[in-house]
Amino acid sequence: MTARVGVVTFPGSLDDGDAARAVRLAGGEAVRLWHNDPDLRGVDAVVLPGGFSYGDYLRCGAIARFAPAMESIVAAARDGLPVLGICNGFQILCEAHLLPGALTRNQHLHFRNRDQLLRIESVDTAFTNSFTSGQEVLIPVKNGEGCYVADERTLDELEATGRVVARYVGGNPNGSQRDIAAITNEAGNVVGIMPHPEHAVEALTGPSLDGLGFFTSILKHLAGAPA
Amino acid sequence: MTTQPDIASSEATDVTNPAAPDAGAPDGAAAAAEPAPADGLAVDAYPAGPDTVERATATPAELQPYPELGLRDDEYERIRQVLGRRPTQSELAMYSIMWSEHCSYKSSKVHLRQFGEKAPPSDRMLAGIGENAGVIQVSDTLAVTFKVESHNHPSFVEPYQGAATGVGGIVRDILAMGARPVAVMDALRFGAADHSDTARVLPGVVAGVGGYGNCLGLPNIGGEVVFDPCYQGNPLVNALSIGVLPVDRLQNKAAAGAGNVVVLMGAKTGRDGIGGVSVLASATFDDGSEQRRPSVQVGDPFTEKLLIESSLELYDAGLVVGIQDLGGAGLTCALTETAAAAGTGMQVWLERVPLREPSMEPHEILASESQERMLLIVEPEKLDAVLATAEKWGVLATPIGEVTPAGADGEPGRLVITWRGHTVVDVPPGSLADDGPVYARPMREPADLILLQADRAETLPRPATPEELRETLLRMVASPNLCDKTWVTEQYDRYVLGNTVLAQPEDAGVIRIDEESGLGVALSLDGNGRYARLDPYNGARLALAESYRNVAVTGAQPVAVTNCLNFGSPEDPAVMWQFAEAVRGLADGCAELGIPVTGGNVSFYNQTGAAAIHPTPVVGVLGIVDDVARRVPIGFPTPTTQDGDLIFLLGETRLELSGSEWAWVTHEHLGGVPPRVDLVREQVLARVIADAARAGHVSAAHDLSDGGLAQTLVESCLRRGVGAQITVPEEFATGSMPFVYLFSESAGRAIVVVPRDREDAFGEICAQHELPATLIGVTDAISGALEVRDQFTIGLDELRTAFTATLPRLFGPAVNDPAEDAGASARAGVPVAASASAQTAPPEAPPSDGGAAETPGAPAADNG
Repeated sequence: MTARVGVVTFPGSLDDGDAARAVRLAGGEAVRLWHNDPDLRGVDAVVLPGGFSYGDYLRCGAIARFAPAMESIVAAARDGLPVLGICNGFQILCEAHLLPGALTRNQHLHFRNRDQLLRIESVDTAFTNSFTSGQEVLIPVKNGEGCYVADERTLDELEATGRVVARYVGGNPNGSQRDIAAITNEAGNVVGIMPHPEHAVEALTGPSLDGLGFFTSILKHLAGAPA
Repeated sequence: MTTQPDIASSEATDVTNPAAPDAGAPDGAAAAAEPAPADGLAVDAYPAGPDTVERATATPAELQPYPELGLRDDEYERIRQVLGRRPTQSELAMYSIMWSEHCSYKSSKVHLRQFGEKAPPSDRMLAGIGENAGVIQVSDTLAVTFKVESHNHPSFVEPYQGAATGVGGIVRDILAMGARPVAVMDALRFGAADHSDTARVLPGVVAGVGGYGNCLGLPNIGGEVVFDPCYQGNPLVNALSIGVLPVDRLQNKAAAGAGNVVVLMGAKTGRDGIGGVSVLASATFDDGSEQRRPSVQVGDPFTEKLLIESSLELYDAGLVVGIQDLGGAGLTCALTETAAAAGTGMQVWLERVPLREPSMEPHEILASESQERMLLIVEPEKLDAVLATAEKWGVLATPIGEVTPAGADGEPGRLVITWRGHTVVDVPPGSLADDGPVYARPMREPADLILLQADRAETLPRPATPEELRETLLRMVASPNLCDKTWVTEQYDRYVLGNTVLAQPEDAGVIRIDEESGLGVALSLDGNGRYARLDPYNGARLALAESYRNVAVTGAQPVAVTNCLNFGSPEDPAVMWQFAEAVRGLADGCAELGIPVTGGNVSFYNQTGAAAIHPTPVVGVLGIVDDVARRVPIGFPTPTTQDGDLIFLLGETRLELSGSEWAWVTHEHLGGVPPRVDLVREQVLARVIADAARAGHVSAAHDLSDGGLAQTLVESCLRRGVGAQITVPEEFATGSMPFVYLFSESAGRAIVVVPRDREDAFGEICAQHELPATLIGVTDAISGALEVRDQFTIGLDELRTAFTATLPRLFGPAVNDPAEDAGASARAGVPVAASASAQTAPPEAPPSDGGAAETPGAPAADNG
């Protein structure tokens, strides 16, 4: 049985189709979930895709957090459901307090889309277990509000507990503190990442195939998880 | 093209030229030159409400402020004839909008007819000129629709919103044809790069194009960024969108079927955008002029995204009979065009239109250019399903009217609009949509043209030593028009939707439209105002040739054309002559190439005082790529052998420097005649590259245009950090001839990279088509340099530094970015596919076509 990975569509989600494609290319089954429906349809994991949910008009992710689907996801995540938030999904996870800190406007104030080197710092999460620690990967970054901020104590704690999942290498594209590109929660089942692994899954359309590892990790994680 | 509403709406009102559009016309001049009329001239407020048909009939002598609305005496008389009475206030507003230059194409119509008359037969064209956008069939089941449109004046007044709503407007045109929009492009022209106002306009325009397109989830796959002092007061923002639809989902705008419901879907209607066509520029409509919002519309891409998703759901469920987007002329245009297209009438209850400001009066509701709205024609039994779909996406949808039958005598129906029980409009819709005035305006060749053409750049002093040549090359690649445009393009999302196969700085954008078969389309957008200034007929043909070539070098087959014609005032006979010549050139060129014009846009009045912009026809060519895995990128790939792959120059190089980037950058010179254009040669070039690409004989190809061979080589080297050794042919070896070989802008040329074991096969294809192919050198991954034998060697790092520093220096380096300079080379040096580790290898092998995608990565200029 293949892993069933839910991809949530909010009004204003943009990379939902790409996330579903990445799940399929990694060998999973993509299940489309709707923001207004609390039913998670028995999925084994969830991806919150990139985009501008609700126009990002109030504050990125601030409204999406209250969607009926999110209420189910927050509860399930606390019970161990693997949840990957990409870009806007990362912002939603922070707003939902599944992850600490916040994403603010890029320091240079521009939207920026470039191919970005990342160093994988933690391979103990449901989404990075296919990588080796310290491995460098090339993944597109594209955001206007991707500057990760948290108070010093939180940052220190993230570092001390190995919860910084990936860092920017060779230039920080948005001013994130401590070059943080991705973090995880204490249990390692919830990961938020600013760059877009779903855009690096095909040689023809991406800068590399490195993004696939985030999605194959889900399958590996589920295969090893107790039934 | 001749009937469509047009974003250019706001452009007819030249903000820098307060005169109304027709102010200079002989018989309108006197009236328009008058100051705004005193209150006594205004239509008195009707005690019980608005100016109604009943009242208009009863007060035939009422003075109306038609000259202030841009209508001439004879045009006003014609309205009275059509109606058999004076128009009401609302009707006058509607006629002044629909008969304005941008909606009626009254100055351009007589010329634009050539696009249809000279068009080659095409069995691919499912919809053409006159529709919201042209539709081209690309396979048994799929079609694409594409169009480019201007939003020039709004972008000068308010760069962010002007550019943003330009993107929003063209995307709705594509949506209205039944297509899912899949990409955007932007051709941008600004004043001098170092002018202080450019520093105001450019960042706002770029952020606006990006802000809207990024938020819609549409990849930006290419375009142009051009600087020239002629655009200082009149920047050009031309936006293109392309969409894909199943052939049987094609929509039309006809309001067919009496009894069908007219539904307005999308944003509420507000006072924004009013005045775009100078309708309310007069103080006579009401006294509350201080309440009027600026004439630039304000965009809400989130609402547009919801509008796209809900419209597509309606199409797929077969719930709409007709659909039309609301563009420059708002409800006025949508109502009259949908009714006129079907020959039906329509009854509209205007008070049902959801308003942002409840105090809006009928003429304001009709004239509002509020964004993100669509008009649907729906069968009554499907209305509930339509409303439910809109509600699912959180979009407002409101029934505001009903289609009424055509007259019993076969006459078209009438458009009747009531507001709170008063009949404020009762008109034949065709009189607004189709029967506007048409003028054959006077034309005269510009008086200075003969002298200008005699002042040839070929007579300018040219670099003649290796040192001079080296210095010239470094100066040229750093010049604003040739330098790296990453500062602009990295503000655009090029990855979203996951089908971008090539994007800027490639010669053309390539989008996969069928994941199963690999079917894709290629698009390029090109123009050269300097060439068109020197010779508008051939300038238009050169723009067409360049766009065609840019599409062809990706391996695509060019099939259709769209265009955006940016000119000064049509009331200036010299501008009108330029326009006529450019249209004639483009129409002739398309006929020669055998590809039809499917639609486009005219933007006049790009003029500040007496100074018009260079005539700037921007041409978009669409091509079909049978299998995107076979697309050809511009960057030199890692050589297949240690001795490097072979670099061929296809086509012929002549001494052609007039109008060139070199003449402008080094001598600030513009004169002479532009390069010769040979469209038969362009066709041959396209065929050779397509055949060679299909057979796998070429691993890279890059067209030659602005900046000549030198620029092309630099871009191909820097794209993936692979150098080259070039030898100038013997006949170009002495004196200043190496310079000519490197910087001449002769058309019909491209370079290709051919692996050594494919040399013979490739040579055969060239010979078969009698295309001159000159072996000019080899690629070189070891030297890290571009070497021109006996002339100079420049390291790629030095080239990259020169190439990439210009825009960050002018428009501000990105802060907190150590990668901005030093890192750029590191980035470009990263073999883009190499970082895919074994552990993250995909379950299936990737297409073995040479590695990573060409979309991202190392910077290169978009001079394509």
